[in-house]
Amino acid sequence: MLNLYTRRRIVNAVGLAISMLAMAFGLFWLCWILWALLEHGLPALTPVVFAQMTPPPGSSGGLLNAIAGSLAMTLVGTLIGTPIGILAGTYLAEFGQRGWLAPVTRFINDVLLSAPSIVIGLFVYEIYVIRVKHFSGWAGALALSIIVIPIVIRTTENMLRLVPTTLREAAAALGAPQWKIINFITLRAARAGIITGVMLAIARISGETAPLLFTALNNQFWSSDMDQPMANLPVVIFQFAMSPYEDWQKLAWAGALLITLSVLTLNILARVLFRQKSASH
Amino acid sequence: MNAEYTANPKVTAPKIIAKKIIVRDLSFYYGDFCALKNINLSIAEKMVTAFIGPSGCGKSTLLRTFNRMYQLYPKQKAAGEILLDGENILDKKQDLNTLRAKIGMVFQKPTPFPMSIYDNIAFGVKLYERLSKNDMDERVEWALRKAALWNEAKDILRQSGTSLSGGQQQRLCIARAIAVKPQVLLLDEPTSALDPISTAHIEKLIDELKEDFTIVIVTHNMQQAARVSDYTAYMYLGDLIEFGDTSVVFTNPKRKETEDYITGRFG
Repeated sequence: MLNLYTRRRIVNAVGLAISMLAMAFGLFWLCWILWALLEHGLPALTPVVFAQMTPPPGSSGGLLNAIAGSLAMTLVGTLIGTPIGILAGTYLAEFGQRGWLAPVTRFINDVLLSAPSIVIGLFVYEIYVIRVKHFSGWAGALALSIIVIPIVIRTTENMLRLVPTTLREAAAALGAPQWKIINFITLRAARAGIITGVMLAIARISGETAPLLFTALNNQFWSSDMDQPMANLPVVIFQFAMSPYEDWQKLAWAGALLITLSVLTLNILARVLFRQKSASH
Repeated sequence: MNAEYTANPKVTAPKIIAKKIIVRDLSFYYGDFCALKNINLSIAEKMVTAFIGPSGCGKSTLLRTFNRMYQLYPKQKAAGEILLDGENILDKKQDLNTLRAKIGMVFQKPTPFPMSIYDNIAFGVKLYERLSKNDMDERVEWALRKAALWNEAKDILRQSGTSLSGGQQQRLCIARAIAVKPQVLLLDEPTSALDPISTAHIEKLIDELKEDFTIVIVTHNMQQAARVSDYTAYMYLGDLIEFGDTSVVFTNPKRKETEDYITGRFG
């Protein structure tokens, strides 16, 4: 029989080894993906990519229209989704203790959060694209905003719940009305967390392909009209990567690298921001 | 048990003590659980009254009825009367915001708002008064001086309130509460999260503040109650067991239960 201390040390070492292995396993795939992207994407990532439109097969070109379209739709989608998400999340966290509406909303939101994005694309296709009889940037932005909303609702609610009740009580004890408590105290205390949530939502939608296939479709040319079909990186990658043309495949790699880098940057930024804010408390 | 108190023998000149708050037949419920049973007592104006008793005895609950803090929670309700200067504050017609302007509160854990030290204090003032920049500056300084924080805070007014130490944060909360110029100050275990030096600071402060404010303090610390209060209420399981002059309650309690608690045989 080993003594207690030795036994604990062995159990500790085994546990630690298993967790390290699990971590290495996860990181291995991530690194491989990043490596493949960098290997193929980096050589393709030339200034031309940012200067020219998507080309027909066999001629040279870039991704400018797709980058611009992605930025525009992501921006509009975020602008539509964020206020709705923050307002709804605030409702759930601050007013959600009584009645049946909040639990029902929370449940539906959870369903929406895990809804396959292709279903959301089809939904917008049904209610919007069919009515106006053409694909458009607006439809794409709408589909993206429907993905943003549940993410922002969830993070807003969670972050507001992290704000200690005593802070609300302290403000109420001064005689502050509830709207002031929420606007000036709790939302402010949860600000970093909520911004993090919005950034994560942006990261999520900037890589979404399925909802855009049915809504914005694609556009080979420059278009700044959101009411027309709009080029975007995910759908261009989808189309170009599957094509038999080598120059298209190269552009797809470049696009994939671009999306990955921007999502990575957003995630890292969100983390840094959240950590700084948490440290100051 | 007796709600009346005798004149404090230590007071040299006979002093007429006005009753700021009178509690009559107050019961309190968390859902179906009765946390306070028929409480009767009165709080003397510009004196310090302490509520002591073991955890769960209802002392914080009682304190939180004075500014109707329980109103934030749908399942809590109070029955009976609490008269503030003769007016029943449990009345449905009582406006909560004006009530809370008159009755300030400081909590167990320091609760600085996520804003600058200056804005922490200005926040409450702005709820009731429109002051010019100069007047607001003066008010902030006045409150910080009253709370004995001015010397430490005067050069960092624009820094976040959360950057202060625990004891300073608690004094900031006291400054914030008195900046509104309330009549009554409720202190809910204000030093239980603080180190002994900060605690001593706050206790000294309480002694100074009773010049201007009626103070009610809930404390776990019996020595603290003995040090800072003029009157002490001992509560147990939702009942007010004994209430009277602090010196009497601590040296010559009428009830056996009180004696057991303050001598440490129980609780």
